Amino acid sequence: MSDDQASLLAGLTQVAKAHLDQAYGISDLKRLSGGASQETWAFEADHATHSEALILRRRPPGMTERSASAVPLETEASLIEIAGLTGIPVPRVRHVLRPDDGIGEGFIMGRVEGETIARKILRDEEYAQARPKLARQCGEILGLLHSIPLENLPELRHSPAADEIKHYRDLYKAHNHPHPVFEIAFRWLEDNLPPQDEANTLVHGDFRNGNLMIGANGVRAVLDWELAHTGDPMEDLGWICVNAWRFGNIDAPVGGFGQREDMFEGYEATSGRKVDPARVKYWEVLGTMKWGVMCMLMVQAFKSGADRSVERAAIGRRSSENEIDLLRLLAPLGGN
Amino acid sequence: MQDQPTSAELVQAVADFIRDQVTPHLKGHVAFHARVAANALDIVKRELEIAPVANAEELSRLQALTGKTGSLEDLNRLLCTEIEAGRIDLTTPCLADHLWQTTLSKLAIDQPGYSGYRRGLEEWQTSHKG
Repeated sequence: MSDDQASLLAGLTQVAKAHLDQAYGISDLKRLSGGASQETWAFEADHATHSEALILRRRPPGMTERSASAVPLETEASLIEIAGLTGIPVPRVRHVLRPDDGIGEGFIMGRVEGETIARKILRDEEYAQARPKLARQCGEILGLLHSIPLENLPELRHSPAADEIKHYRDLYKAHNHPHPVFEIAFRWLEDNLPPQDEANTLVHGDFRNGNLMIGANGVRAVLDWELAHTGDPMEDLGWICVNAWRFGNIDAPVGGFGQREDMFEGYEATSGRKVDPARVKYWEVLGTMKWGVMCMLMVQAFKSGADRSVERAAIGRRSSENEIDLLRLLAPLGGN
Repeated sequence: MQDQPTSAELVQAVADFIRDQVTPHLKGHVAFHARVAANALDIVKRELEIAPVANAEELSRLQALTGKTGSLEDLNRLLCTEIEAGRIDLTTPCLADHLWQTTLSKLAIDQPGYSGYRRGLEEWQTSHKG
């Protein structure tokens, strides 16, 4: 066990005793994922009669850096709690870390059983019953999410379409490699900006196949709230339709598992708000451009020497996937 | 003129070696990265085979579109400037065809298994029959 893990184990044991229904200790501490500045751990809080499966999301002490678009972990915890109160399936937040806990910033939440790996969700027999329900459920969940009154929310970045486009255009320009298809997409997005006077709501920001915990009956939890912001609610409906998140099932636009109409029906049922399919398409185009720019930028870590892995290098050659998707959206050939 | 085998054949041999003889002896993370490495060599191999003709065609289309001569990079930069300025757009004759052909060639090298490429290629072939 590394020193870091040993000190986390000791700190987390104290937290469990003080804040998790007087657990007598913790066990099975395992690192799940995360970069240098943000970590996800699984562990069990042990009680006399049972143990509770939990997740810790934390930024270790001394790590203050976070990406400009990510919300602080305590904001993420409060969003998950608010979403839960609204009837959105989410894990239960058990404790938000305090400075005197001594193990950094973050929070502890219940571990929801299920699957997040998109290809398994789309392929495995276990999810065969769930798949036909998912598009409608996603719509219902987003309808609830977008109905949360803004005054109930913690402070969030506001990011309407114009700001998103400018952000990605700046990143693209700084990278300084010509992509005529991205130029076409930027122009189209700028020329077709949706009117700003319409709805401004909470936006999850990364609502897609891969960030949803799926069980045999459908969505069990909405995860990864770190890109939450306020803006155009249609952003979330467009993002889940981006071809990258269909994982090969190109004819099932919603996450590779369903149809737009089913998602829209679910959405209208819980939000009472009409879906504007053209506006959803606008955000699908924006999302496709965004993912293309992000793939392109992966090359920077490789070229700078920060990450010399072949995996990192090869992702740069996936930017073109988004170019064909953009052409199919913006310059469709007959019959499309 | 170099002797046989061609560079594409050499790269293919190394990719096959990694995939068929090395990867079966590896586990976990290293096995994953070995597969990624073999796939990266496949990209190089396809680029060696496809790019010479595709690049020449792209260059001649760019010359026709911009009315200028220059390197592939120069003319792509010029095209980007013209699109950003709104002087060339999808209503410009031949621009959409140029972008489609260029992008299909890029994907034939980068990700020929990608769903959007396979569908896009079908659509291209259907709309350019006869």
